[in-house]
Amino acid sequence: MKSNRSAWLLLSPTLLILFLTGFVPFIYVLWVGFFDWNTFSASGVMQYTGVNNFRRLVFDEAFLSSLRRTLVFMVTTVSIEMILGFALAGLLIRDFPGKAIFRTIHALPLMVAPIVVGAVWKLMTFPGFGPIPHFLNEWFDINYNLGTSVSQSFWTIVFMDVWHWTPFVTLTLLAGLSAMPKEPFEGARVDGANRIQQFRYITLPLLMPMILTTLFLRIMDALRIVDEVWMLTGGGPGAATRYVGIHIWRVVFPQTDYGYGSAMSLLLLYFTVVLCWLLFISITQTGRRAQ
Amino acid sequence: MTTRPARATSAATLKRRAQLRRVSQTIGTYAVWIISSVLTLFPIYWLITVASRSRVELFPPPDLSPTFFQNIHWKNFTDPFVNGQQGDYLINSIVISTSHAVLVVILAVMATYALSRYQLAGADNVFFWTITNRMAPPAAFLLPLFLMFTRFAKIGDWTLFDTRIGLILLYCVFNLPFAIWLLKGIMDGIPRELDEAVLVDGGNLWVVLSRIIVPLAAPGIAITALLSWVFAWNEYLFAATLTSVEARTITTGLAEFVTVTGTSWGEMAAVGLVSLLPALVFLTLVQRYIVMGLTFGAVKG
Repeated sequence: MKSNRSAWLLLSPTLLILFLTGFVPFIYVLWVGFFDWNTFSASGVMQYTGVNNFRRLVFDEAFLSSLRRTLVFMVTTVSIEMILGFALAGLLIRDFPGKAIFRTIHALPLMVAPIVVGAVWKLMTFPGFGPIPHFLNEWFDINYNLGTSVSQSFWTIVFMDVWHWTPFVTLTLLAGLSAMPKEPFEGARVDGANRIQQFRYITLPLLMPMILTTLFLRIMDALRIVDEVWMLTGGGPGAATRYVGIHIWRVVFPQTDYGYGSAMSLLLLYFTVVLCWLLFISITQTGRRAQ
Repeated sequence: MTTRPARATSAATLKRRAQLRRVSQTIGTYAVWIISSVLTLFPIYWLITVASRSRVELFPPPDLSPTFFQNIHWKNFTDPFVNGQQGDYLINSIVISTSHAVLVVILAVMATYALSRYQLAGADNVFFWTITNRMAPPAAFLLPLFLMFTRFAKIGDWTLFDTRIGLILLYCVFNLPFAIWLLKGIMDGIPRELDEAVLVDGGNLWVVLSRIIVPLAAPGIAITALLSWVFAWNEYLFAATLTSVEARTITTGLAEFVTVTGTSWGEMAAVGLVSLLPALVFLTLVQRYIVMGLTFGAVKG
């Protein structure tokens, strides 16, 4: 048989790069996290403080509320996108001439850089020449201003994210629906099952692995959001849309409080890994039960 | 006697009703497609419109008509790209994305071949560890990588900070896992007998990879390369934090517009449009595979 040595040789450059960029920095940060290290402070040297950084973090209201905001945002957008995407996929499953063109149009937002998405929506919503504030004012007499209204900022960001990512859900579920076998449906129709029953007992279980994969990817991606929000609202008004990514980037970095920032990065990574595993386990189990 | 004609008409009406339903369903499908397409395209259309207008033409109320057919304000493009810094940023972006895509594909083909063909102890763990990297919020990586780039990865005075090679290597954290996951499914689909036949005939690993694997996996490799290119091109957060002057990319150039007071919206839209163009080109090439790519090969599009 082939020797394992050549396999490890083939893997080694990949592992080396991933080790250097994905692992070593965290070892370093784990060490820095136990120090008081602020390059702006008088001494500017690292002083050992034990677990003080981590203790401070647990009571840091700004950090915790940015985490809460991120979760609220994630739940809102992902539910809207899943429902809307599923509905669109169900409506659009039928074949008709020109379907490929529409599919291409729908895939467009998926390839656009998040920062460009933010810029585009900035142009859409800027008071004065932006169409959204103008027509909201003209038709519905709504005073729209991202700079002052907390709820408008939140819902604009939700809408932007829905614009950006619903096509992902639609196209994924469309792929799943198209690949579905015909036989179970024919059998069910012969047995007199109506459309709702067919959906509940055949479509959903067959599609479940696909739905869960999409859900998993959307949840993880929604938690990562930074660029679009930064471009559109800059985290404002106040701290209303300062999600955890922006919080770390814009609050910790300029303060150059590296010890505390290290603790924060570690905690965030820890939360993500735990959440990733919980989701992964629950998804594989639900997937198994559905089958 | 009276029931027969009645039944006949009811059959006819049923048929007509079914026909009517089919027609209305088709119209409904088209309507949904068209409305959602308009909603999808309008923001992009507005970007193009703003990019083609001068400051005066942008005065409220907003004019939604496609004025770019008659008149394009080219100064929006020449000012940032020829007279300003954005041209350099654009070149940086092209160099970084292209070298990154080449690097990722070479490494991923090698790694995936090893993962696909050999029984390696711990291979599954390696596989899953790579994906956690991809799932983690970039913000968690920001400070660790910043410290690494500025403090401890230095040779003499040279650090990775503000270099193209730094970004090229760094994007591997996110794109190598993606590429490996995508290619694994494709490579598992290539029959083992083919490369075993080559090995029996005295060929070495290089022959197997270059003569069998790469040609057979070529479409998959092309998709991987294009999507890695797009991901590197689209990345903003790290490019903004880990570069300052020399290695700035087009996305950071775009973001600089909002921090400057008295933003020139036309120029911002023009820069946004230019950074959107590769996505538009690739979209037509990989449209069918985008779903597969974005789900790491879990869903075949």
